[in-house]
Amino acid sequence: MPDRDCSNELRQQVETLVADKSPVKIQAGDSKAFYGNPVDANPLSVSAHRGIVHYEPTELVITARCGTSLTEIEKTLADNRQILGFEPPHFGNNATLGGSIATGLSGPARPFRGAARDFVLGMRILNGNSEVLHFGGEVMKNVAGYDVSRLFTGSLGTLGIMLDISLKVVPSPEVELTVEYEMQEADAIQRANELSAQAFPITAACYDGERLFLRLSGNDAAVSSAHKRIGGDIFKNAVAFWDNLREQRHPFFQSQLPLWRLSLAPATPPLEIAGKQFIDWGGAQRWLVSNEEPARIRKLVSERGGHATLFRGTQDAPVFQPLSGKMRELHSNLKLAFDPHGLFNPGRMYPEF
Amino acid sequence: MELIADSGYDADMNTHAESTGKPTVSRKEVVRALQSLLPREAVLYDPEDTRPYECDGLSAYRQTPWVVALPETVAQVQTILRYCHEYAIPVIARGAGTGLSGGALPGKNCLLLSLAKFNRILEIDRLNRTARVQPGVRNLAISEAARAYGLYYAPDPSSQIACSIGGNVAENSGGVHCLKYGLTVHNIQQLQVLTMDGELITIGGSGLDSPGFDLLALLTGSEGMLGVITEITVKLLPIPQRAQVLLAAFDDNARAGEAVGAIISAGLIPAGLEMMDNLAIRAAEDFVKVGYPTDAAAILLCEMDGSNEEVSRDVMRVREMLLACGATEVRTASSDAERLQMWQGRKAAFPAVGRLSPDYYCMDGTIPRKQLPFVLKRIGELSREYGLAVANVFHAGDGNLHPLILYDANKPGELKRTEEFGGKILELCVEVGGTITGEHGVGIEKINQMCIQFQPLELEQFHRVKAAFDPNGLLNPGKAVPTLHRCAELGGMHVHHGKLPHPELERF
Repeated sequence: MPDRDCSNELRQQVETLVADKSPVKIQAGDSKAFYGNPVDANPLSVSAHRGIVHYEPTELVITARCGTSLTEIEKTLADNRQILGFEPPHFGNNATLGGSIATGLSGPARPFRGAARDFVLGMRILNGNSEVLHFGGEVMKNVAGYDVSRLFTGSLGTLGIMLDISLKVVPSPEVELTVEYEMQEADAIQRANELSAQAFPITAACYDGERLFLRLSGNDAAVSSAHKRIGGDIFKNAVAFWDNLREQRHPFFQSQLPLWRLSLAPATPPLEIAGKQFIDWGGAQRWLVSNEEPARIRKLVSERGGHATLFRGTQDAPVFQPLSGKMRELHSNLKLAFDPHGLFNPGRMYPEF
Repeated sequence: MELIADSGYDADMNTHAESTGKPTVSRKEVVRALQSLLPREAVLYDPEDTRPYECDGLSAYRQTPWVVALPETVAQVQTILRYCHEYAIPVIARGAGTGLSGGALPGKNCLLLSLAKFNRILEIDRLNRTARVQPGVRNLAISEAARAYGLYYAPDPSSQIACSIGGNVAENSGGVHCLKYGLTVHNIQQLQVLTMDGELITIGGSGLDSPGFDLLALLTGSEGMLGVITEITVKLLPIPQRAQVLLAAFDDNARAGEAVGAIISAGLIPAGLEMMDNLAIRAAEDFVKVGYPTDAAAILLCEMDGSNEEVSRDVMRVREMLLACGATEVRTASSDAERLQMWQGRKAAFPAVGRLSPDYYCMDGTIPRKQLPFVLKRIGELSREYGLAVANVFHAGDGNLHPLILYDANKPGELKRTEEFGGKILELCVEVGGTITGEHGVGIEKINQMCIQFQPLELEQFHRVKAAFDPNGLLNPGKAVPTLHRCAELGGMHVHHGKLPHPELERF
């Protein structure tokens, strides 16, 4: 598909939606359609609004339209020895920048390099009054006005359409090395966090139930000196391993049971819960395949200050952990502030909007 | 109003809310009510006592507060907010008062809510690398407390010895190290916030994310407009094994700017990358005597951190690059003492410039790095045009400029000329694709430039965000986001196709 700026067409489409009071489901590559509650509305495709608008490697910034293929962006960056620091999962061949930022998902590097929201610098959005607005920009530091572009990140398209997105990019590490250690779960959590509390160039830490894997990234000197100090066996198949983890192609994810994502303080001791777990983000993100009662899972996790998302599969439970009274009110108010007619992705995040 | 500067700040004029027009209760009644809710000494109303709160770090703007409250517990803050909410009394939260944009400037008929007594570090969690602190805790105190665990809090504004973490969150403060380690928004994990109606909410979580919208990002940098922060959980990072700084001298500003680009495009991310121009170098050297080359047009300070081996290698590479970019001299600190000395000149640059001139005005624009030579040239031209000297200090790595305009407030008209000159610099930043504020916030100082940075529809969207949290406009009224009326009166409104947006609005 050719690069095209469809801002104006999209704005007109939203104008019609306002007139018809007709809600829509925003979609592009549909690779992350499984994520969130189902939306019962006509699709509005933003796929044609695509193309890299501006990329200047020395400024460490890329701006692209929402329908731009994530693969194309990553390839363009790779040609200049740069990467998206948050390692967004694709979940298919058609992933777009818009979907990646709307879901706000991040890969294994997240605890060490930052999440999708940490790299978002600015956005041009289309709100529910069919207004095209620009927030943030292409500079690293910007505190003029509220941080609307980070608010949109991870809002699942419920606040509006993100037309163009500017992201900070980072240099590719010269060298990467993954080491593995065989150990028990509690020891793995302890070790991963002990090492993360010391100055090592760790960029990923996961535990598959038997082995702790740590990825070191940086220049040659940094990686080899760190390896000397932390030991561990060199893991050969590392690139494919981390890719498969990020994309949920690892055998752990090949289950018919519901997949839960548990977000916790990283050093939280092992959770006693029915099912199987795979620990990522040094303990801060724990995947759980389980038939356990949703209410029990959520109680266990929230007692520890975390939250649980029903990532894949169906259960008699909302996808996202429900919000309390005042927080629910603030969310509804914000939704109204951007999308007063309730046009965009109704119910995808919470049933209230 | 007893304003020294012609800020035009008036809570009545700038806010949407009807509620701030006239207080529904008298000052006397407010004092009496607060005294019944708080310990007696926690309520100040005598101008003798309230004068210390008449301004923040932007001292050109002053107003004696109406009433000041100094609560000590979250329950007290909650009680105050409920009372103010009921009687429609505007509330201005204040931390250490070091802010540079007048965000904590008192307003007419507004309660000034000082959080200075919230100064305890509640918990340091070594394994989870977090610290739970009260909002009045000084930025540097967190790193000092965390040092025993080999950890530190990365954002380090130059005022870190005095500024409070609550204010850092409200302004999304940066610092010398944010090129590599990010701003406040990247380094906090959870907030406890009281909304204007006195509801206590928790934003963020003990993990790395939370369900729902990213309110943590929205609240960061919201300048006290959306809620009152009562507790903060910050992220801590391991202290790098080693840090080393290089100092490079250049006989031309543009060459120094090119060197910054060269380092970044080589794939290196320095922990700090700072630039000072000749006037700033001479001022600093005269003040702290650290051996800066006073004949250089510009110097770059470049700090690399990491493991021993990594730093050794990176320092070599950076050194070669700096020389290749035309540096006339490159020094490497041979000891930690020498490294700190090199930084001392940079960190003391503001007070050093303050010695050259009775007053100085600090700007805070951010620009794309490649525009640095052009912007410097334009600032030089403007400096001659206005007849006011400028010393330039930059966070060069992330394009954040701090031009310091030297002036004398006692000379008639000089402050006004300075503000106009400053406004021109900010407009220049917007023109080249940058922003009017990188880390100091809008407050009252840059409220007019917001009309240039944003279109009316965007400002309206901001007002709707504000109303989602504070429908009566009681929190910090008139700061951060201008009304469309104000912009229209300034003539800063953009005219499209010969038509003014919102013709229904009254103007002038």
